[in-house]
Amino acid sequence: MKAMKELTGVAAALRMINIDTDMIIPKQYLKTIVRSGLGKGLFHALRYDDNGNDRDDFVLNQEAYKNSKILIGGDNFGCGSSREHAAWALDDFGIKCVIAPSFSDIFYNNAFKNGMLLIRLPEDQVEDLMRQAEYGSNAQFSIDLEAQTVTTPDGNTHSFDIDPHRKHCLLNGLDEIALTLDKGEAIDGFEARQQQAHAWLTPAT
Amino acid sequence: MAATTLYDKIWNAHVVSTEPDGTCLIYIDRHLVHEVTSAQAFEGLRNANRKVRRPELTLAVVDHNIPTTDRSKGIDDPESKLQVTTLRDNTSEFGVEYYNELDERQGIVHIIGPEQGFTLPGTTVVCGDSHTATHGAFGALAHGIGTSEVEHVLASQTLVQNKSKNMLVQVNGKLAAGVTAKDITLAIIGETGTAGGTGHVIEYSGDAIRSLSMEGRMTLCNMAIEGGARAGLVAPDETTFAYLKGRPKSPTGADWDAAVAYWKTLKSDEGAHFDKILTLDASKIQPVVTWGTSPEDVLPITASVPDPMSFENEQKQASAKRALEYMGLTPGTALTDIPIDKVFIGSCTNGRIEDLREVARIAGGKKVADGVHAMVVPGSGLVKKQAEQEGIADVLLEAGFEWREPGCSMCLGMNPDRLEPGERCASTSNRNFEGRQGHGGRTHLVSPAMAAAAAVTGRLTDVRTLG
Ligand code: SF4
Repeated sequence: MKAMKELTGVAAALRMINIDTDMIIPKQYLKTIVRSGLGKGLFHALRYDDNGNDRDDFVLNQEAYKNSKILIGGDNFGCGSSREHAAWALDDFGIKCVIAPSFSDIFYNNAFKNGMLLIRLPEDQVEDLMRQAEYGSNAQFSIDLEAQTVTTPDGNTHSFDIDPHRKHCLLNGLDEIALTLDKGEAIDGFEARQQQAHAWLTPAT
Repeated sequence: MAATTLYDKIWNAHVVSTEPDGTCLIYIDRHLVHEVTSAQAFEGLRNANRKVRRPELTLAVVDHNIPTTDRSKGIDDPESKLQVTTLRDNTSEFGVEYYNELDERQGIVHIIGPEQGFTLPGTTVVCGDSHTATHGAFGALAHGIGTSEVEHVLASQTLVQNKSKNMLVQVNGKLAAGVTAKDITLAIIGETGTAGGTGHVIEYSGDAIRSLSMEGRMTLCNMAIEGGARAGLVAPDETTFAYLKGRPKSPTGADWDAAVAYWKTLKSDEGAHFDKILTLDASKIQPVVTWGTSPEDVLPITASVPDPMSFENEQKQASAKRALEYMGLTPGTALTDIPIDKVFIGSCTNGRIEDLREVARIAGGKKVADGVHAMVVPGSGLVKKQAEQEGIADVLLEAGFEWREPGCSMCLGMNPDRLEPGERCASTSNRNFEGRQGHGGRTHLVSPAMAAAAAVTGRLTDVRTLG
């Protein structure tokens, strides 16, 4: 996994609540067997018209926001299905950080596994961020993961919470599977105890 | 000892190790795999030269992508076909049991787990699919995961997890005639909103829940995710044990007795702490229908399309306005005056035998209304076979329904079954998101009984008014 310590860039505001994973990446992109290349399908229905042309009214199509690294959304961002394609699509497009009042649990997990940072902030702060994001390409936000802060274009700093394990993995770009496999003995021990106590758990084949 | 909840108990029994910050490594007893969210996980294993730690704890099936018409001649869509053959090759390479599209045991992943006795009380169950919550009906801690986590489970049989909070949803009293588990679960989401359960595991209790069949409990837990919860749980009881006894992968003999003795201990203690509690009176729940594009947009069928301005804040008003535009609905229209084009009966929410019996009971001897296309997609090959043996298939065919091969089908329209732009569907599935059932398609979520009623009248209908 890629490490992330700091991030500076333009933020795009998507003023909608309950942005679901079908919206982030619709089903026609789920037939892939690879992780890459999904950026073109990001927000498909919002982004393209019926003829496949860009819709001018969609924020990520506007010149100032085409290279956004940060996305600011409404409550319950990423609700719906478990498709990790949603995180892959955002990442492939170039979005490395999403800020919202709340996220669905599965999307939240998926994003971190892909080296993205999700930040929960109270609704009034998110509103302030959205307002400042509208200043366009001059409005640079900077995020410091070590210090757990978002600094807005007008110089205000908002602190955010993140659990220490996720922070550690992201700061150091750690591969979680390798970390877990290092605990092989603990897993062996668990399996032995479980087999002893609950032999019925091994399925009939 | 301190009183603990059912969730606490299952969690505690699966902790492999705990980090100083409280993050835990949790053992996974059962892993279900389907074609859409697994290819990249197997690829990851291969790239890192890793094996599947315990292949016998994983069961794979194709469901999302496959056509629901005759499959013996193969799959036309090249991308769907590639995903299906990729799963076949991956499972054979890594030694995982796999049901292909011609296997009678094939079906929607959340239907076949319980059906095979693979899902058991007190276990941890995961799948790269959000509706894994379904398996909570058995008192299993079951939740959806992403593809990176699928890879993690394959490699290590564990997951890195933080414990969720406990939420209790009590539904007391008796359901009125015509009201089903689907109405309960939608009514709960109507109360809590789609984010109401975020960060929580819900335990459903109360006599209305106790009196549900296993099929009903699966419908209930299936939509826990639509309320934002990671998982839903119903404590196992005699209904659970009776369902599981004799299933192909259920324990047998002395193992069965030991298992049941343990399963009987799986309930929340008197006085256990819940962080959130919601109580509903079952007798007040009516048959419901969704009017918008979020499962929380739910109303009793007797109501009318709401006015966006009636919502409490600007964001909700904007969201309702957008939903009504998408759905092509005018505020004030009686819900029962909304005509429909299609009916979809199936999905992991309502594709089980009891659901099909209910549809046959309502629609039997009647005809699907002119101009309505009604489709029944059994949840598995075994459900299909049973329905055919019980005569349900004949009743439905006679009434003018289509009778299909098992799969996810028009629940998400990854296969050829989908809505055309502007088409309106009464659907027994679980998501009414924009475009979910097809680009521009308009979905009204309902129970199987309500879907059957809509099919025969050609509009959203209160099933209680059908003679
Ligand atoms: S039936 Fe629908 S919700 Fe269930 S697993 Fe299939 S696509 Fe997902």
